[in-house]
Amino acid sequence: MSTTTFGWLIILCPLVGCIVIGAGFRRERGLIAGWIGTLAIFLSFAFAVGALISLLGHAEDSRELTSSLWNYAFTVGVDAKLEILVDPLSVLMALIVSGVSALIHLYSVAYLKSDRGYSRFFAYLNFFVFSMLLLVLAGNFLVLIVGWAFVGAASYMLISFWYRRTTATNAGLKAFVINVIGDVGLVLGTFFIFRHTGTVDFVKTFQLAPHVFGHNSTDLVAGCLLLLVGAFAKSAQVPLHTWLPDAMEGPTPVSALIHAATMVTAGVYLLARMHTLFELAPTAADVAAIGGGLTLVIAATIAIVQTDLKKVIAYSTMSQIGYMIMGVSVGAYSAAMFHLMTHAFFKALLFMSAGSLISAMAGEQSLDKMSGFRKAMPFTFVAFIIGGLALSGMPPFSGWLSKDDIIAFLDHRGGGFEVLGIFGYLGAFLTGIYTFRMIFRAFFGEPCEEARELEHGHLAHAEQPFNPQTGEIEDTDVGFPGPEHHIAERDLAMKVPMAILAFLAVVGGVLQIPGVDDSITRFLAPTFAGSKLFADDPSTGASWIGLVIGSLIAVSGIATAYVIWIRRRGLAPRLQARFSAVHTFLFHKWYFDEFYDVAIVRPVLWMGRFADSVLEHRVIAGGVTGGTVGLVRACSAAVRRAQTGFVRYYAAAVLLGISGIALYFLISAT
Amino acid sequence: MDIGWYLVVSALIFSIGAAGVLTRPNPLVILLCLELMLNAANLALVAFSRMWGTPAGQVFALIVMVVAACEVTVGLGLIVAIYRRQMAINVDELNELRG
Amino acid sequence: MSAVLFFIAAIFALTGAIGVVMLRNPFYSVLALVVHLIALAALFLLLEAQFVAAAQVVVYAGAVMVLYVFVVAYVGGADQPLGSGGGALKILGPVFALAVAVELCIAMLGSALAGISSRGAHLHTTFGTPRDIGRLFLTAYLLPFELASLLLMVAAVGAVVLARRRRGLEAEEDEYEHGIVAEHRPVYTGTQAETTGVRRTVALEAAAEAEAEPAGTGSGSEGGW
Repeated sequence: MSTTTFGWLIILCPLVGCIVIGAGFRRERGLIAGWIGTLAIFLSFAFAVGALISLLGHAEDSRELTSSLWNYAFTVGVDAKLEILVDPLSVLMALIVSGVSALIHLYSVAYLKSDRGYSRFFAYLNFFVFSMLLLVLAGNFLVLIVGWAFVGAASYMLISFWYRRTTATNAGLKAFVINVIGDVGLVLGTFFIFRHTGTVDFVKTFQLAPHVFGHNSTDLVAGCLLLLVGAFAKSAQVPLHTWLPDAMEGPTPVSALIHAATMVTAGVYLLARMHTLFELAPTAADVAAIGGGLTLVIAATIAIVQTDLKKVIAYSTMSQIGYMIMGVSVGAYSAAMFHLMTHAFFKALLFMSAGSLISAMAGEQSLDKMSGFRKAMPFTFVAFIIGGLALSGMPPFSGWLSKDDIIAFLDHRGGGFEVLGIFGYLGAFLTGIYTFRMIFRAFFGEPCEEARELEHGHLAHAEQPFNPQTGEIEDTDVGFPGPEHHIAERDLAMKVPMAILAFLAVVGGVLQIPGVDDSITRFLAPTFAGSKLFADDPSTGASWIGLVIGSLIAVSGIATAYVIWIRRRGLAPRLQARFSAVHTFLFHKWYFDEFYDVAIVRPVLWMGRFADSVLEHRVIAGGVTGGTVGLVRACSAAVRRAQTGFVRYYAAAVLLGISGIALYFLISAT
Repeated sequence: MDIGWYLVVSALIFSIGAAGVLTRPNPLVILLCLELMLNAANLALVAFSRMWGTPAGQVFALIVMVVAACEVTVGLGLIVAIYRRQMAINVDELNELRG
Repeated sequence: MSAVLFFIAAIFALTGAIGVVMLRNPFYSVLALVVHLIALAALFLLLEAQFVAAAQVVVYAGAVMVLYVFVVAYVGGADQPLGSGGGALKILGPVFALAVAVELCIAMLGSALAGISSRGAHLHTTFGTPRDIGRLFLTAYLLPFELASLLLMVAAVGAVVLARRRRGLEAEEDEYEHGIVAEHRPVYTGTQAETTGVRRTVALEAAAEAEAEPAGTGSGSEGGW
């Protein structure tokens, strides 16, 4: 089978899964929908592996393969084809996406067992994986945009999965609106580029770009900045990041898959794919790097004061993607993709463990109420520790190697990028703090009531299901979470994927150890062949120095967290009281939401109300429609007066008409 | 006499009949005036038939007479029915058929 | 000679016509019309239309006018004062009619048609005889002939249906307003009379009581929409 056939099969499997589950959802019994969905993604992963092997079978310089199924329109120079591009970058992304998705599907089979919307969930999830794979395997801008939009739609459907919760539907709307802003940027950016290259095909665009665009030409910078808007919206970078913490309203597997491992990395993938263009427009690349750096720090600072467990992990995602964006903007492509891969592993693991912990708390998500689960949930505890160590960048976990790879690159580039490198270290320090704050608070200390119940083998159960954000009472019918909760210790289908991801989080780093093997760099070389920045990597020595510094910072972060939350118990509240202004500022997420509310939401709502009351009611309904109605009524009232019922008037009218016509003919005859 | 004279007489009778239809309120008289108009038409038809020398005009005039007879029959039947319902025999008051 | 006869006949015709319009008593109008019809028959004879003249006298003046006389005698029709009838039309009516007369005269006399100023074409001897007309009716104009007879039958049946007596005057009114027909009628269906409020029926009144508000259309002026 040719490589591109594998590519098509990768995309086809989740689509078929989605259709099968969706079409038969009424007749599906038990967990069959879950197993169909999981099987579809496992098949997709198998085909991705096949594509990898087949791709490696090609010679190094012929590893960019395109295949087109259908030529949609070849008019006036728009070569719109349904085509995919199978090259090392897309195969790597496909492997990550399908692999992690398969594991998360397996986890969800158990996690959402009692939910009334079980089949719907798997149909949506399969649709999401289909669109994400379409996005990463896209061979031209049009398929990319289609995949981009589908991913946004799938995200909306999954965030608002428990659709009877107002908080969830509001969050879904927020995510969708911000994603649409990104979509606009993406499409406009495409147009700016298309205007000069005359083609939407990736391979041709990247070949033409150096000839068509001068260095830092305005149009290219504008186009790249617009693409950046798209990337930032999808990857939740400042300033288009406000949707990601709210997106935690979705079920935990959704958070794990979409908002940690795959969808939010689409922006990173975009920038990596467009590297040729960004290298020709360094201004845009610098903006991206600065944006990534700022996000990194801002998100980390917010994470250290959050009390909702999933929100801490969400801000952590935002921060880590900041690393990846920085990496891709400065030319550390393989480092960024490596970090993308390892991040997918440990972040998905962390979300899965968080799901297990929240289940043990009977749906409660606040860190304030959790403590002392160490004895009650040993497996989850170990998973959290592994994920946390990988996230903080402790040697020898995978996160350490990938994160510090990026920072080493930044230092190597020098100049202003050194500052970004310092941001990176600061972020790493804060990462250690907030990650282990989370772990120490939840697992150490006096066991809370739910933990004690679990130690005695009884899983806590809330008498009244409630919304963890607002405390509102709910029920467990369709549109709300199901009545049962599932923890990893008791469900094998949850344990297995967590174990696999934990294993990968530990050993995943061996793929790219500086000086020993650079398998990712070598694998990705054909994609980034023309790039000068790609070829320019830091020396092995510099990389190792960076690794050592990184590990020291990670240790110090973890130690700080240990001191504050385990050693000296009363220190945390006292620090909070002392720096209460800072704490409030960080707790309110740097007041971004409030700012957007005042600057954008309220004026738009005001315009809407104005349009409704004045334009709609007075001008259109009153003036135009009402006026027309009034005019017609007046005319018909006038005409109605001729219908008197008096026969003689009718006769007179007839006679008048006749004489009129006769007069006309008489005159015209002369 | 020239045929034109007959046509002028026909035109005068027609307009007298039209004036009668517009002026009188009694439906019986209106029907009579309608008869006047029909007769004027008959006269014109016969005059033209004489002018061209073809009898078709006279045949037409006979058919018109038949039609006039039928119309009178039905019209008078209506008036009798109205009279029986004790409604006024005055077209100004029989004005419910509007539009 | 024929000119003299023409003028006498024409004057009688016009006088009869004016009499129809201006005489106040409808009975006298009928009699004036009879005079007019006979004068017209004379004119037809002058135009070599013997059969048509005969038919005019026998059918029109004889049968139709007799029918008219009967109806006028039955219905009555009081003497109406001269100035009665729709205000503006009293003046406009004659004006319109005058306009029509003038136009027709102009049209005919100014048409420069060759035959009008002549005495007519040369005729064959059987022109206008019953034999000639009869032959035409049964050959060339057979279809109009048959249709005319059909029309006569329809008119006769129609007249019988329209003017027939039902069970008597009182019963008729009752049946119309209170009988089976009225009771089974849904609300707001009915004659125009009910709609415009000229007469109210059981159905409408029952609905009015039930809703304690005027039946949708109100009375009279605008009519039901």
